[in-house]
Amino acid sequence: MTTLFRIEGAAKRFGDFVAVNGVTLELPAGRLTAVIGPNGAGKTTLINLATGALVPDSGAMYFKGEAITHLLVHHRVRKGLSRSFQIMNIFARLSVLQNILVPVLARRGRAGFPFHRMERESEAMTEARRILREIGLLDEENLPAGALSHGDQRLLELGIAIAPAPELCFLDEPSSGLTPVERSTVMELIRRLSAEQRTTFVIVEHDMDVVFSLADWIVVMNRGEVLTEGSPAEIRENRAVREVYLGV
Amino acid sequence: MTGRLSPRLTTLVALIVLALFLLPWVAGRYPVYLTMQILVLAVFSLGFNLLFGYTGLLSFGQAGFFAVGAYACAKILLAVPNLILGIAGGVACAGVAALLLGILSVRHTRIYFSMLTLAFGMMIYSIAWKWRDFTGGDDGLVGIPRAPLEIPGIVSVSVAAMDRYYYVVLVLSLLAILVMYRLIRSPLGLTLQAIRDSDSRAEFAGVPVRKYRLVAFTIAGLYAGLAGALLPPLENTVTPPIAHWSTSAEPVLATLLGGVHAFAGPIVGAFLFFVIKDIIVRFTEYWLIWFGVIVVALVIGFPGGVMSIFAGRSRPVAPRPDDNQPAGGSGPSETT
Repeated sequence: MTTLFRIEGAAKRFGDFVAVNGVTLELPAGRLTAVIGPNGAGKTTLINLATGALVPDSGAMYFKGEAITHLLVHHRVRKGLSRSFQIMNIFARLSVLQNILVPVLARRGRAGFPFHRMERESEAMTEARRILREIGLLDEENLPAGALSHGDQRLLELGIAIAPAPELCFLDEPSSGLTPVERSTVMELIRRLSAEQRTTFVIVEHDMDVVFSLADWIVVMNRGEVLTEGSPAEIRENRAVREVYLGV
Repeated sequence: MTGRLSPRLTTLVALIVLALFLLPWVAGRYPVYLTMQILVLAVFSLGFNLLFGYTGLLSFGQAGFFAVGAYACAKILLAVPNLILGIAGGVACAGVAALLLGILSVRHTRIYFSMLTLAFGMMIYSIAWKWRDFTGGDDGLVGIPRAPLEIPGIVSVSVAAMDRYYYVVLVLSLLAILVMYRLIRSPLGLTLQAIRDSDSRAEFAGVPVRKYRLVAFTIAGLYAGLAGALLPPLENTVTPPIAHWSTSAEPVLATLLGGVHAFAGPIVGAFLFFVIKDIIVRFTEYWLIWFGVIVVALVIGFPGGVMSIFAGRSRPVAPRPDDNQPAGGSGPSETT
């Protein structure tokens, strides 16, 4: 498989606390990777480093072979990187449709048009509605995003994350706080999008049912380092993982 | 999202505009003068609310750009008696000042942004006060002419009479309102509102947040500059207090009175600001105390401003992560 993203010796400290300690990782295109580990293992910090929310103290990031370590976030998005957040992060006061329109307009380079009526952005509108249909929120397009249920907000956040048409998308605990029904909807959506090979997903997840049913590859982190990685079957049988993470 | 007003609202707006055009014919000098002050504050407040209500940045330094517009216009009019040049020059100077100070200010958000803008505003106030050779110091600039609207060799229209200058203020204010209305409903307006709701989400949606904050800051500066530039020909004088932080508080109060949640909020707020002030000063010289009491009562009674009475209850919104809170609180959930 072609390497889509490569993290090389990434390290990040917060004071005396080493959140990520020299992590090297390859993410091939088309493989759904899950990053797991106990609390404080450095999973979210690793995503923050990969997506540009944090700058590493040392190490480098390569996307499609190009060094992006010091690239600003919105430039990374334009190159094909995207993410969702652990804590719900949507445009709560905008309508559901507008939530999707923002990334669609940004990708089309039309976000800064000062006097265009939105009606004239018909192509962007059509694309935004297509994404809403895909995530099952088309009927709610005129509702304020903040009025949606928690599960629908998670779907919307996923919609915002895929709206820039990313090649690689990091999802930070996409099933967090969802009911079983909502969780299966989100999982199904990720599975479908991944199967269509449009986007390569990397998920950070605590729910092992979600991880083992979705992931093609699992990376286990502990104390800021990669403990091991392998297929779900390999990870399930790995003694070190069972000791450190599963506690058995 | 359609950007079109309902027929009833269109009729109401048309009637108000008609009344404004007829005002000098049916009212005396004082109502005309008061209306000009309301229009100036409305333009000033609209620019402020683009920053506060639509982008989530609370600036306490807008009086600085208001003053730059006023002083630049005054200096030009004293040198070249041409109103078009004076007003355009005032707006341009304020825009450049906003762009330059914005580059430094928009690197920060929340209280840090507010304090930085307050500091820059007071810096401009100090310059107006101390640079006597240029600004006239505490005496200010006096004898500013109400110069004609002139395109040399083509047309020259005298606006020396207050009634005539009123139409200059009215037309420019209406244009400013129209431009802002279009801007809010454009992709740029949507992008700014997205930044207000969550700057981190906007950045990860591919929006260069800092660049758009700078755009909003500069536009707000242009509006403050226009408002400031309209003042010297009206008052024939400019003095340092127009750059004081208390002048920056006027669009804040007007916007809170009218409502950050509605496009017309700052305009209605500017009207209320002067009407309430005008009524109170007839009864007491301590008008600021009573004005403060009324503003507090209105803000407590109508947290969304007076316009919230017409807009109904605000839409329910989800809690946001703390790190996405805009400086100074909430913005509009409604953009009509």
